[in-house]
Amino acid sequence: MARIARFVLGAALAAAALAAGAQGSRVPAPKYTVDQSTTCVAPPDVMRRTHMQMLKHRRDRTVHQGVRGGDEALTRCLECHASKTTGAAIGAPDAFCQSCHQYVGVKLDCFDCHQGKPGAVRSVAARSP
Amino acid sequence: MSAPNANGTTLTRRGLLAGAAALAGAALAPGVHLIEIARAKTGEPVSSKVRWGLLIDANRCVEGCQKCVSACNEENGLEGGTRPVDVQWIRKVELKEVRTGRKASAPVMCQHCAKPPCVDVCPTGASFKRADGIVLVDRHTCIGCRYCMMACPYKARSFVHEPLTQQKPEVPRGKGCVESCTLCVHRIDRGERNTACAEACPTKAIVFGDLNDPESAISGRLREVQATQLRADLRLDLGVRYVGL
Repeated sequence: MARIARFVLGAALAAAALAAGAQGSRVPAPKYTVDQSTTCVAPPDVMRRTHMQMLKHRRDRTVHQGVRGGDEALTRCLECHASKTTGAAIGAPDAFCQSCHQYVGVKLDCFDCHQGKPGAVRSVAARSP
Repeated sequence: MSAPNANGTTLTRRGLLAGAAALAGAALAPGVHLIEIARAKTGEPVSSKVRWGLLIDANRCVEGCQKCVSACNEENGLEGGTRPVDVQWIRKVELKEVRTGRKASAPVMCQHCAKPPCVDVCPTGASFKRADGIVLVDRHTCIGCRYCMMACPYKARSFVHEPLTQQKPEVPRGKGCVESCTLCVHRIDRGERNTACAEACPTKAIVFGDLNDPESAISGRLREVQATQLRADLRLDLGVRYVGL
């Protein structure tokens, strides 16, 4: 009985500590602006954990096999995820990619080469008369 | 490496691994499924049935004209400067035969070899040849060692020395990577059948097309005229051919 009581007490304390941790965290949770009018290619919890795999898989198919466009192209991500104020996914505290990567402490080097602003990617239809 | 189980069958290490892989595949299914849908939408991987190439007519090329160079710079977001550190995907070369004084000029870019020396020397596999004959650098794996620049007999490759910010969305480029003419690969993947340089040439000295297709304009022209490959003695089977050099 004493053992169970100790377990319950421990669990309660742990829960309290977790709640306190979330509120009084030294690192503030990322704040970003994002276009919510459409839905992403997968639910947020899936995107949070697998966007890097999706992008990596994608980049190899694009560079080596020439498969471009589609919903999980980086240029497509930027259409919704670029900041409304700066127009870019990086370079501002509220920029979508940068704010979260800064929070989790993961280096973001996509935009060392890729353009961080949604650009005018010309489609076949746009070019032909 | 096998142990009999309760049913009398043998559980091998290989079988166990295969089972584990199948389980892992099932766990990944949601993500993979999304990619499959996108793939169906954006078309098939490039095929080796085509081989993209250029035919450059030096007789038509105008001495001093830089239109193909500036079109390339514009299309790919290159700085187009003249400093030694500025990249150059295409350059105009002026030739003069000493004895006769005959002059010729032609643009030189990556020759898109069928047997590219740059691919042979690349230590990371970043330098590669696509199935449709285009030689590219995968900047994700390029470590900037510049072996390929030394291996290239045509001096076609450049190194990006400085950080860039004004890249074109379709042409990602970055500091620390080697790069060269891509035959406007982003246009080809989009379904267009012309490069920026060929489009810009005022005298139509550059013809782009499929070397494997006997019906294409480039193959038709190659049947009519005597075309040469630069440094043909190296037997690299180039994708870029020249007339009148």
